[in-house]
Amino acid sequence: MTEKTFMAGFGGQGVISLGQLWVYCAMKEGLEVTFFPFYGAEKRGGVARASVIVSSGEIASPLVTRPDSSVVMNPDSLPLCEEIAKEGGVMLVNSSLVKSGGARKDLKLVMVACNDIAEKIGDVKIANMVMMGALSKVTGAVKLDKLEAVLKTFFPESKHRFIPMNMQAIEAGRAAV
Amino acid sequence: MELAYGHPKSLKPIQTKYCPGCGHGVIHRLVAEVVDEMGLQERSIILNPVGCAIWADLYFDFDSVQPAHGRTPAAATGIKRMLPDHLVICYQGDGDLAAIGTAEAVHAANRGEKFTTIFVNNAIYGMTGGQMAPTTLVGQKATTAPYGRDPIEAGMGYPIRVCELLATLGGTKYLARGSVDTAVNVRKTKQYIKKAFEAQMRGEGFSMVEVLSPCPTNWQMSPPEAAEWVGQSMAAFYPLGEIKNTLEEAKR
Amino acid sequence: MAEDKRLMKGNEAIGEAAVRAGCRAYFGYPITPQNELTAYMAKNMLDKKRTFIQAESEVSAINMVYGAAATGARTMTSSSSPGLSLKQEGISYACGADLPLVIVNVQRSGPGLGGISPGQSDYFQSTRGGGHGDYYHLVLAPKSVQEAADLTYEAFDLADRWRMPVMILADGLIGQMMEGVVLPPARDLAALPRKPWAVGRQADSHRPINHVTSINLVPDELEAANRKRFARYDEIKQAEVRFEEVNTEKAELVFVAYGTSSRVCLGALEMAKKAGVELGLFRPISLWPFPEKRVAELAAKGKKFLAVEMSMGQMVEDVRLAANGKTEVGFYGRCGGNIPSEEEVFAEAMRLVGTKSGK
Repeated sequence: MTEKTFMAGFGGQGVISLGQLWVYCAMKEGLEVTFFPFYGAEKRGGVARASVIVSSGEIASPLVTRPDSSVVMNPDSLPLCEEIAKEGGVMLVNSSLVKSGGARKDLKLVMVACNDIAEKIGDVKIANMVMMGALSKVTGAVKLDKLEAVLKTFFPESKHRFIPMNMQAIEAGRAAV
Repeated sequence: MELAYGHPKSLKPIQTKYCPGCGHGVIHRLVAEVVDEMGLQERSIILNPVGCAIWADLYFDFDSVQPAHGRTPAAATGIKRMLPDHLVICYQGDGDLAAIGTAEAVHAANRGEKFTTIFVNNAIYGMTGGQMAPTTLVGQKATTAPYGRDPIEAGMGYPIRVCELLATLGGTKYLARGSVDTAVNVRKTKQYIKKAFEAQMRGEGFSMVEVLSPCPTNWQMSPPEAAEWVGQSMAAFYPLGEIKNTLEEAKR
Repeated sequence: MAEDKRLMKGNEAIGEAAVRAGCRAYFGYPITPQNELTAYMAKNMLDKKRTFIQAESEVSAINMVYGAAATGARTMTSSSSPGLSLKQEGISYACGADLPLVIVNVQRSGPGLGGISPGQSDYFQSTRGGGHGDYYHLVLAPKSVQEAADLTYEAFDLADRWRMPVMILADGLIGQMMEGVVLPPARDLAALPRKPWAVGRQADSHRPINHVTSINLVPDELEAANRKRFARYDEIKQAEVRFEEVNTEKAELVFVAYGTSSRVCLGALEMAKKAGVELGLFRPISLWPFPEKRVAELAAKGKKFLAVEMSMGQMVEDVRLAANGKTEVGFYGRCGGNIPSEEEVFAEAMRLVGTKSGK
């Protein structure tokens, strides 16, 4: 099994955290992983993109150029993901911000109202976690069963009180697809 | 019987390559005498700069390191940080310190690196044959200032007073300017060097002794004329004495 | 027992490996895309009471390393391409003074200020003695975060063994990406090799004085010193050549690529397998010494080569030298911060295979 995912959004949407947590959980599940963020000169507010691969075998190129799955967090990212998505691949779209699913008919389109669901839970900042829950359900590549433990090392102690909310977002994401 | 006078142990008993009337020989001797007096011969490391004093490793009888031109304070930083209980002597000329290595000197001083710079200021490039130095006086001739240093028309800049420049920095604790033009000034210079070395061994911060030094060859003067020029022309622009002393003992 | 696998950025894994290898002093200057490495060293050297200095420039940083290395301490600096240009002076001096130290280059794209995205265009500078004078030093190119950590850890041993700088030639992708890594055990600082040539601590042994220097104005003496160093280079060429081969026996066409480019080629190999075509990969790990003998052997067997680089073609010159006209050597490169995709590399390989077999 190899799942290549391309994740895109704008800075501050948690795209980088989403990618990091995805591979962190995958590694804990015994998979090989690689995560490559497209780093830019701007540290905030710019474009956030990441190449993310999880695999049961050795990973060749860390660069995702024909993603099995794409994560589209904002409208600007849609054309980009449409251009590179693999024939017959999956495209998960944050429908709270992206109203259309694009023109590609071969893709399996999954619309998830990440921002709305996150706000209902209590914080729009966890929209990325809603998306991760959906991604897990749709691809089956990473089970996320070790996420709670991972979050304990990922977040500093002072932020541990937000973990239940994050777990809730994952479940809501799963339920939405 | 007490030995009243002798050749310092830390200086090899050989003739130097320095020109007649050059100040380096005297300054080497002062450094070696202080090292001996402090009993630090086996715990001293000298950095030989690019310039005439690159030969220092031939004369000092202790360990030496020779870095790239002007990078002397950076290398001294690496050495002293690894060997904090050693006496690290960063020996530099005016080109090494105040031209090519200005950044290294300023930042090492500002970090308060706990080594001592011996800054030999002879207002000229010696080894390369008499080019203008950052400390060349206005009007002074050099092969690259054949009509005299002209800060305005030729845009050659002004002589840099290094002690005064460094005095504003928080990391500098002891900055003194001596001279080797007369016996009295030689003796004072030795006192400055001793104060600086002692401060270094107490770990107080950056210390530097600038020494006004004659270069008869490149100034095209006889040794007595050169010594006189140090006292009259150089010392008039570069005032002698302790320019900054914020050592603990001075505060008491 | 090995530690658990950790998820780390390449830059941070390099830093942790250096700490564990016994690096006692790190000197660096900020430059993208290696900033996490400098920050990691600040955090993880200072808390161990080891030396960390953010230098005023790359020039100063390498000369601080020069000074620390002269005392016999394990020491390192890191930077990215433009910063490496500045360090070349110091590297030349360190080679001339036979000082062991470690330099990490997380390459970006050039020339000039260029861009901050990954590049492999410092190959010439790194493998040809990028400063003045006759010299070389070991250059190791990792392909993954794990290998970046392993090679950095080993670089300190190699530097001490051969008394020379060792460069880790990574790139922005290796530095910025996260992968799983199992870190080597921390070295006991007290058990690191003694260096009788180093300055300092003379009082312990009353040995004769030591000089660390690269100057010698007597032509015959300097020539003799250079010849002695080159004899050591010959020994290194015997002992330290490293490479990896994938499917080179069956393949008609073999990619030659290092670091990130080699990973892309592995992707093209997978595509080839699915298409029923046999392609191979030859991956130099030591860029100096370059695995020229093995490349020559493969050339003699009639393998065609396709060098793939994130440059306009630098390593390909070493491939051509080693192949010595015995086989065709193609080149495919992207630059400016672009990383070639496995699709384009595969397509180029197919074009070459197709052309040569007359299909």
